[in-house]
Amino acid sequence: MIPVFLKNTTKRLEQGLCPYILILVHMVLGTALVYISPRSNLAFLVLITSFFSLYSFKADRRFKLAAGMVLTLLIFPVVGVRNIFYLEVIFQISVFSALALGLNIVVGFAGLLDLGYVAFYAVGAYLWAFFGSQQFYILHFAPGTQPSHLPFLLPGDAFYLFVFVAILVAALTGILLGTPVLRLRGDYLAIVTLGFGEVIRVLANNLDKPLNFTNGPQGITPIQQPTMPQVAVDGFNALFGRVVGHTVSPADMYNVMFYLFALAVIIIIIFVTRRLDDSKIGRAWTAIREDETAAIAMGVPLVRMKLAAFAVGASFAGVMGVLLAGSRTFISPESFSFMQSIGVLSMVILGGSGSIPGVILGAATVTILNLQVLQGLSLYLSQLRQTDAVIPIINFAWANLSSQLDPAKYQRLLFGLILILMMIFRPAGLIPSQRRKREPASDEAEAKEYHGTP
Amino acid sequence: MALLETVDVVKRFGGLTAVNKVNFKLDQGRIVSIIGPNGAGKTTFFNCLTGIYHPDEGQIIFNGRPLHRLRPDQIASHGLSRTFQNIRLFGNMSVIENILVGMHVHLRQSPLSTLFHLPSFKKEEKEAELKAEELMTYVGLKGVGNELAKNLPYGGQRRLEIARALAADPLMLLLDEPAAGMNPQETEEVTRLFRRIRDQKGITILLIEHDMRVVMNISELICVMDYGEKIAEGTPDEIRADTRVIEAYLGRGAVAGQHEKKVA
Repeated sequence: MIPVFLKNTTKRLEQGLCPYILILVHMVLGTALVYISPRSNLAFLVLITSFFSLYSFKADRRFKLAAGMVLTLLIFPVVGVRNIFYLEVIFQISVFSALALGLNIVVGFAGLLDLGYVAFYAVGAYLWAFFGSQQFYILHFAPGTQPSHLPFLLPGDAFYLFVFVAILVAALTGILLGTPVLRLRGDYLAIVTLGFGEVIRVLANNLDKPLNFTNGPQGITPIQQPTMPQVAVDGFNALFGRVVGHTVSPADMYNVMFYLFALAVIIIIIFVTRRLDDSKIGRAWTAIREDETAAIAMGVPLVRMKLAAFAVGASFAGVMGVLLAGSRTFISPESFSFMQSIGVLSMVILGGSGSIPGVILGAATVTILNLQVLQGLSLYLSQLRQTDAVIPIINFAWANLSSQLDPAKYQRLLFGLILILMMIFRPAGLIPSQRRKREPASDEAEAKEYHGTP
Repeated sequence: MALLETVDVVKRFGGLTAVNKVNFKLDQGRIVSIIGPNGAGKTTFFNCLTGIYHPDEGQIIFNGRPLHRLRPDQIASHGLSRTFQNIRLFGNMSVIENILVGMHVHLRQSPLSTLFHLPSFKKEEKEAELKAEELMTYVGLKGVGNELAKNLPYGGQRRLEIARALAADPLMLLLDEPAAGMNPQETEEVTRLFRRIRDQKGITILLIEHDMRVVMNISELICVMDYGEKIAEGTPDEIRADTRVIEAYLGRGAVAGQHEKKVA
């Protein structure tokens, strides 16, 4: 009874103006909630899930595009500067979406299980960290002994150039790491990529001697932020000053800019991914994933195609690395641990390996779970500890709860649970990838002929 | 000149010699079968031809070029296409995409034209799709282009494998047990398909097959292998009468029994 009822309801909701109204109501509700209570996680969740209803309801493409633009270009930045933590969440979602989209090419399309993907992220980050800081001048100093008041090696403008340099450098690293590795299959490939990922991190940790390239475990700081014209800050204040409620400082504006930057990169990545997927290269990747032996027998050059997948995936991570270095102004090897690789992988698997909207959903879900749900739980628990509340039946006082029990530290548990539950219940992910349906080409040609001859 | 020629091809797995000094010649435009008991080295011989294994000794000359040191994808681009004994389709790709992968070696699209959908890219894709649909019709898979390959019935999967192999415009088609698991009617149909491929497209066909109706029906030449060696070669009639072949299939006793009957 209930499923039938649900089915009928959803059918009714998809007719006429219904989807448009629902999407708008969701967006407006989310925005209003966040506006009224800028500290509430729940309100923010309502806002961010409006993206989901935007995706899942059937509506005109142009309407969806416009609504998406209003959401990402207008509402998110304004909401973000009102509560900078929201902006941080959105920025992280964007960064991880881009990383997950990159890994999706390697794992989802070409089926090469890469457990060291974060290495390419690190390459990009350290690239700008080295050239956009004073590191070049302290090559001969041990970490912590450098003189003060050193100039930056390159001006902030160079950041924009390095976004492109990072594409090349990361792609090259991908090819370099890939060449010895890609002759392996399956589990062996996973283990070796895991090793390479760790090698990059350990390199970053230890390259403070003989020449101090990475400043070792202390990390590189400060790193140049890209130059931002004052006009941007003034313009933003003039436009949205009233809605925001306070004048926006350049520091906040930087966060907005990096978010917009990440957004632009994601859009380019989606564009590139879709174009590649729908071509000879993408078909070759999928063929390799499905059956290597058959693919090579059909004339697909295995090694070259796998290297291409590695290079493309790596270049996306490289760009995001530069962005991270620029936005954080601090980079240390800790940011590129094995856990990060696993985190990105669990996003891909949760969302749907090979599916672009799925992977973005996966990145958003994991990031929100990580940053908001787990931390929210932590906060709630610590509040409970302060009270003298007691768990009823077993008579356990919350105050006695060990402070070791801190959900914010349970990232690993979270990733593990996601991976296990998805494998059991939805191995294809939340939004499984689908093959493109083609109109029969001959029909089209016939139709053209038909119309062409009067 | 022969289209395919192998000279003393040897392939060993440890102490086992799976293919032992096989000399084999195949002229253009023929349909030739390789038969032999299970484990005779037929599939290993195929894998040597298509580069999945590299022969330990000997030479393979195809269309005037030596093949035995090339990678499988290079061999495919030289015009040697194959199907597999246990069907190896790209299960989660659509039928038409499977065929498009078969055209990989002929598609010239550059990364740049792919990214920006330049006219050259669009034209090539359109032509490729048209050709793929022609091939689907040719093998009898019209109208299922958007189905996932794994959802096709067994016979359809066999046909799709053949269409995918044809997509590369090969000079020669290697079919590894193409009629395995088919009912008599399906077998009849694919046999006719093979003949059509040879007659209309001029593609040379080399097949491994256990179904003797197929083998005797379409082969112009049969090559018999046993224990990695070629033990006989000839027309279907010659092979049927060859005592060594009967021995290989039925054992020495069978031949002796035949003699006794004749004597009696």
